[in-house]
Amino acid sequence: MISRRDFIKKATIAAAGVSFSAASIEILTPARVHALKNDKALRWVFLVDTYKCVGCGLCVKACKNENEIPYDANVTRTWVERYVITKDGKLHADSPKGARDGFTDPRIDLGMGRTEDIKTEDIKKAFFVPKLCNQCENPPCVQVCPVGATYQAPDGVVLVDRSWCIGCGYCIMACPYGVRFFHPKHHTAEKCNFCYHRINKDMKPACVQACPFDARKIGNIKDPDDPVAKIITTERVGILKSEYGTKPQVFYIGLDEEVR
Amino acid sequence: MKNHVLRPLLVVLGLVALVLLIRPFYVPKDFGVHERGYMYGWYRQGNIEDWKKVTVKYQGSESCKDCHPDKIETLSQSPHAIIQCENCHGPALEHPSAPEKLPIDRTRGQCLRCHTKLSYPTSARAGLKGIDPGSHNPDTECVSCHNPHKPSLEGLK
Amino acid sequence: MVHGEIWTLKELFVTPNEYIYWSVQIVMYPFMTGLVAGAFVLSSLYHVFGIKELKDMARFALVFSFALLFAAPVPIILHLQYPLRGINVMMTPHFTSAIAAFGIVFSTYGAIVASELWFLYRRHFVEQSKMLKSRQDRTLGESLLYLIFTALTLGAYDISEKALRKDEKAIKALAAIGIPVACFLHGYAGFIFGSVKANALWMTPLMPVIFIMSAVVSGIALCMLTYVVTMEIRKFLACRKHSPAYSPECREEIKSVEVKVIKMTSKYLLFFLIFAISLELLDLIFRGYTATKSWDVLRSVIYGKDFTSIFLLQYGLGNLIPFIIFLMPGLTLRRAVVGVILVMFGVFMMRWNVVIGGQAFSLTFAGYMHYHLPIVPHDWETLKEGLVGAVGVFVMPFVLFYFLTKIFPIFGLKESH
Repeated sequence: MISRRDFIKKATIAAAGVSFSAASIEILTPARVHALKNDKALRWVFLVDTYKCVGCGLCVKACKNENEIPYDANVTRTWVERYVITKDGKLHADSPKGARDGFTDPRIDLGMGRTEDIKTEDIKKAFFVPKLCNQCENPPCVQVCPVGATYQAPDGVVLVDRSWCIGCGYCIMACPYGVRFFHPKHHTAEKCNFCYHRINKDMKPACVQACPFDARKIGNIKDPDDPVAKIITTERVGILKSEYGTKPQVFYIGLDEEVR
Repeated sequence: MKNHVLRPLLVVLGLVALVLLIRPFYVPKDFGVHERGYMYGWYRQGNIEDWKKVTVKYQGSESCKDCHPDKIETLSQSPHAIIQCENCHGPALEHPSAPEKLPIDRTRGQCLRCHTKLSYPTSARAGLKGIDPGSHNPDTECVSCHNPHKPSLEGLK
Repeated sequence: MVHGEIWTLKELFVTPNEYIYWSVQIVMYPFMTGLVAGAFVLSSLYHVFGIKELKDMARFALVFSFALLFAAPVPIILHLQYPLRGINVMMTPHFTSAIAAFGIVFSTYGAIVASELWFLYRRHFVEQSKMLKSRQDRTLGESLLYLIFTALTLGAYDISEKALRKDEKAIKALAAIGIPVACFLHGYAGFIFGSVKANALWMTPLMPVIFIMSAVVSGIALCMLTYVVTMEIRKFLACRKHSPAYSPECREEIKSVEVKVIKMTSKYLLFFLIFAISLELLDLIFRGYTATKSWDVLRSVIYGKDFTSIFLLQYGLGNLIPFIIFLMPGLTLRRAVVGVILVMFGVFMMRWNVVIGGQAFSLTFAGYMHYHLPIVPHDWETLKEGLVGAVGVFVMPFVLFYFLTKIFPIFGLKESH
């Protein structure tokens, strides 16, 4: 059995080794060094369990109210998609009104006022996938902002400065996940920010709190004791559209190849 | 001046100087490169505080406990215990001062979010009790028979 | 109403926030910058490469390029949600964004064109300023002109042979620097689209080159068209007996010059047109052959939803027909005019198919969006981002050109070189 003293000694060496090797490949500004030394190292991440999601859309309802997105406007910071794969291998997917009112109709919404009937016995698999901003480690939306009106905060959340945004729409075009839109009232680029005002008051984002089934969770990947960080680091999780190299920080349990 | 060829260049330099002169007055003092470097961290620092100041609307069921312990108690016995009070009662904000009364969502649509029967394999939705909204008393509000705080069939009004 | 919702129709699986955010003004933007770049390259062909046949066209193209220069940023400004904040691009530029360079590149280019014009017209400014100064009883308009011309001399009144030779050298140097800058200006407009990795249709390194080539094509076409129209007006004035410009023998002379210039210019037009089409076809073939994840949806857009606007309007009407028109022997003025109008239409359709076509399919690759150009405006948004706004932007350079020729006369200027 390993003695307590030995353990501390080994742990210290390991910790020193890790921090040394990280430091040697990274050029650190004094502010960054300070942040690393600080115990409060913080990087917000999100975890979605698609097995648990039932598509009730209470998250969307709460999000729109909490973040002052006009309730009847056809844009939303978070939304839920429905995927139905039938026995012929075909994908049928929709997200009527972003699932603000949930999925109360077995028919698939095809847009332009048309719907498609699907027989229950034809369904091979079907599930719901909640979407929100991925707060990418390499956010392409920030890269393309011509004026510095959108940026990544030190804790990883991508924010928009409503007083500086010129409304060119380049960030909306650059996001591979379609999370951005123009705010109907402020007319500036708008996006999910994990309810920045709530997470900074030790509250959960509105969508996380509203979810009755625990399908949405938020955590700090830099905290080894964080339950969400533990799941992400020890279990099999997926991310959306990894081919774009954006390094999304919203992780999914039960992701399917058909999810767009 | 001897060489007239350089005059347009002087005009250009003058314009550049003008822009540089206006810049300090126009750009906020805290605008600059921050932690994530120029690519991802070029912004006005004060904006982070602006976002933190947004009003919180949903207070969470914990805040309901003190004044409505009876309701919480009833609800805790039911499968609906997992549903936040504000999901139906609306965001509390500064309740009970503002707003004094919360607008309750008693619509059919609110119940159908979960209780429209969708037999989706691999999704938790299949496990929820559900109805066909088209045939199950389509013109009646759910709450006229079912008690959302005591949803079991014994709780039928 | 959400921005973009009014002109977007969604079909099948489209995510809730997707709309056609970049509408007709973003089609106009590369179209107009293309015309600027093209007109400038045309004028430089004479100044730098000494292609004598283009002498008449060169001065014309340069002044027109200057007029276009003012119109080119207008579509971008009209499309911004906060047009007045556009200045932020100059104040806190974020150069990792392709749009941030706009302010800098555009101003540099503007400075080059303005300087070249200044050298070209310096002698005219000095002469006008001196002439107006010596006049005793100036009207208000003449006083204003005097002030303008005096300011435009920038205090340099030396118009000796030696000084004018220096001007010529400067023009040549500026025209030479101007070509790469013009190509950069437009190539980077292509980069704005080509670098958007989220958009399957836009993302290709060929985009900037395709944009430059089609820019030169459209610029040359517009210069030819405007040149013919201006010459026709001169001809009309020359044969009107009461007109002060009346001269019966002058008319035939004007016509022969006109035909010669147009024939010459159309050869360059064809050269760049072939280059542009080859690159576009290469891009299309390559996408089909490599058939990556996005090809299924791209194919359904290119060969299905957008077939008419791509193959009939852009390649057929806009490229193939003018190609035949210019290649057939015995080019007449009337045929040339039809040809250049079709070429410009073809380039416009190419911009349309890139900008609107790139937003015709959803990020899910399983849904489509249809764009409906607002024709009759009923609010500010449908006015500026509708047919009226687009036509306004297109007409603007012609109006500007009219006023600019009051200060920079195209014809009847004393030859300085």
